[in-house]
Amino acid sequence: MVVHPSGRNSAWARETVIGGVLALFVLMLTTATVRAEPPVTTFSLDNGMDVVVIEDHRAPVVTHMVWYRVGAADEPRGVSGIAHFLEHLMFKGTDEIPDGAFSKIIAANGGQDNAFTAQDYTGYFQRIAADRLELVMKMEADRMVDVVITEDHVRTERDVIIEERNSRTDNSPDALFSEQMRAALFLNHSYGTPIIGWRHEMEELSLGDALSFYERYYAPDNAILVVAGDVTPERVRELAETYYGPLKPSGNPPDARPQEPPQIAPRRITMTDPRVRQDYVMRSYLVPAYDPEDPVNSAALMLFTSILGDGVASRLSKTLQLEQKIAISSGAWYSPRSRDATSLTVYGVPAPGHTLDEVENAIDAIIADLAETGPTEEELVRVKRVLRASRVFMQDSQSSLARFYGAALAIGLTVQDVQGWPAVVEAITIDDIRKAAQSHLDLNASVTGSLMRGEAS
Amino acid sequence: MNIRQTLRNVIGAALFLCILTGIARADVEIQNVTSPSGQTIWLVEEPSIPIVAIELGFRGGSWLDPAGKEGLSRFAVGLMNEGSGDLDAVEFANRSNDISARIGFSVSRNDAEVAGRFLVETLDEGIDLMALAISSPRFDAEPIERVRKQILSGIAQSETDPDSIAAKTWYASTFKGHPYARPSQGTAESINSVTVEDLKASHARLYQRAGLFVSIVGAIDAEKAGEIVDRLIASLPEGELHDVPAVKTVPEPGVQVIEQDVPQSVAIFGHKGLLRDDPDFIPAYVMNYILGGGGFASRLTEEVREKRGLAYSVYSYLTTMDGAGLYIGGVQTANERIAESIDVIRAEWTRLATEGVTEEDLEKAKTYLTGSFPLRFDSNSKIANYLLFMQMEDLGIDYLERRNGLIDAVTLEDIKRVAARVLQPEALSFVVVGKPVGL
Repeated sequence: MVVHPSGRNSAWARETVIGGVLALFVLMLTTATVRAEPPVTTFSLDNGMDVVVIEDHRAPVVTHMVWYRVGAADEPRGVSGIAHFLEHLMFKGTDEIPDGAFSKIIAANGGQDNAFTAQDYTGYFQRIAADRLELVMKMEADRMVDVVITEDHVRTERDVIIEERNSRTDNSPDALFSEQMRAALFLNHSYGTPIIGWRHEMEELSLGDALSFYERYYAPDNAILVVAGDVTPERVRELAETYYGPLKPSGNPPDARPQEPPQIAPRRITMTDPRVRQDYVMRSYLVPAYDPEDPVNSAALMLFTSILGDGVASRLSKTLQLEQKIAISSGAWYSPRSRDATSLTVYGVPAPGHTLDEVENAIDAIIADLAETGPTEEELVRVKRVLRASRVFMQDSQSSLARFYGAALAIGLTVQDVQGWPAVVEAITIDDIRKAAQSHLDLNASVTGSLMRGEAS
Repeated sequence: MNIRQTLRNVIGAALFLCILTGIARADVEIQNVTSPSGQTIWLVEEPSIPIVAIELGFRGGSWLDPAGKEGLSRFAVGLMNEGSGDLDAVEFANRSNDISARIGFSVSRNDAEVAGRFLVETLDEGIDLMALAISSPRFDAEPIERVRKQILSGIAQSETDPDSIAAKTWYASTFKGHPYARPSQGTAESINSVTVEDLKASHARLYQRAGLFVSIVGAIDAEKAGEIVDRLIASLPEGELHDVPAVKTVPEPGVQVIEQDVPQSVAIFGHKGLLRDDPDFIPAYVMNYILGGGGFASRLTEEVREKRGLAYSVYSYLTTMDGAGLYIGGVQTANERIAESIDVIRAEWTRLATEGVTEEDLEKAKTYLTGSFPLRFDSNSKIANYLLFMQMEDLGIDYLERRNGLIDAVTLEDIKRVAARVLQPEALSFVVVGKPVGL
């Protein structure tokens, strides 16, 4: 069992999927190998739109996704939340699709649709019977250029995103704390601004803000098409050339974002909230993301993180929970997939009678020891095996695969990078891990936060 | 409005509105296999990926927890991968990783499930580990105390979490006096009272051959499936099944407010629903798609979210437990406007109960429900899950072939009858957590 503070930097979706069945099942996504990688084909249209096709002929269904290489981190200052707000408004209709009909047409054809916004990208997708691929492609191509949004839409939908912020952030001290942590970690990069937006700015978002973001960024040369499922690459090419092919490229890719300066002072935040019933301590380091030119760093950090904090047999858990018994839960995560610098986060939840300081000091010692001496050969072999297996298990879900490839391309990686990653990971040595940890886990480039019960801060 | 290039010549609006027919059927071939020891297995062979998904479903579940020991079975299940046989918690985790085996345990009010995901190349080792985990949990003192503290921490946190408070309160008042009313995660008091003997007794109640269902999907044939299942269940006692005490599902009509200092009120609402084997279940399921089950195609989303911007999420669904059917929904709205959300929801409940639905509503519901059915079968894991559900709900092995026909057969008359029978606006019971204004 694991008690988790929330804190992962996840994407925001237009609709929360509600399970009708209350089975308490948190099953890992699954899949795996003789065939180490799924059959992936990639090509580009003349207008610059990249296309990825992942064949899976087990069931007569497809997942159709369009990813824009633009997300919350590309927003102008002062209009935080506009990328996500536009994502909601994209469902209102087009010059061809009547007001409010987009999702209803998909549903009436037995399909499901949704969308999501992250810091680096915005994605729209449909899951539908394979013989309806042409329909959804027509519709998605249409709204890439001809969305119709009115003042009425903006007024009502702005209330919806504020309720979304209420549900997912303001009603949860964990989520508010996580927002504060990120804001403190990034001194200059827009990653410090929440995807959903700051409430006071969300309240002022306008039709003009939405349309200027749309006009600036929504174009085929800033988009990636991913189709997974019961379809051939030839058919996808034919349909893509018909529907996306005629769209005019913008010739105007997103600007590079302001980067972090050297960080030279550790930050510390303390947040209190009367709703908190479990104190904990969390630390985020600013670390490099996956860089195809220098993939060793991020692969080494990923293995380091996993050995440090993944599961009951990890360093944190063994020391804090099993040996010292000063924590009831702990963990670490690192997502190498980010266009710019990313974060590596660790947390610990003190056991009754133990303090946040005790846990923080113990975490520091564990990190220092692992960075100094590196993992054991046994730990390294094991974690590589886990990652190899997860790659195979992932093949079981066409939607997961589509997301996996789409997200990679959306942050500037290639299909070759994705497929070359397992080999990079295999080659990582104990020394690589020591070096990566020693050079990148720098307290000066970190935030340490405590969330505690108390009067509202 | 931005028009960089129109597609008018390519796309006509008419085309979007025409609803295509001739929906693909779920193309899944289920084999009914009997293992050498006599256990029934539903198997789908899927050789294209070298993985195997196995699901075991055990009837029973947390309703069997003795009074005063609420949360016991979740506690026990939380310890199932914390040490088994000769392996302690760390050795168990390392062994799982070394053989790429993913073994998960869960429990709900009416059943316990064990799910395994394995690579073909290490299937046998994985089965041995899963069998050991099912039969021989160690319940060592260290993990018991560690997991106890985790559960207590979770209980404390849920005391200020609006969603948890709303759900707990709603179920407690709906099932007053019945085991279903008990908080499934337990209370601080009940969790503190759990002993190692309680955990062992709970383990024995949860995992037995009586009431066991098995599904397997993956790169495996019938003979091998029978062999591995027998290894998994070799040590299980036959056991016996217990009937759930008669359930009186009577949620208190009206609105119950629980004060909580949050910007947004969280509401759960509902009333009695239908049992899964009720002849009206399928028509009611179709009806609920139109009312609140169909996301952006549903009336609740249209009225509450799209027209009024009152909520990010509003939904309803039919759910069943042994001996009880529920019709439940939820919404979250700013404190100042939650009363309006509740009014709108009541009005939609009433409108459908009195006016029924249109021919067009019904046709769209059918095309969605039948057309989207294959989407449930696009991974081995999802298929294994669904096969277990079919068995535990006693739907029959031919259900996949029959199911879309059942949906298509629903008429406007059926919806009218079911709406009048099931929807009871005056019986709706709301629990609202927050600082609602005007309630």
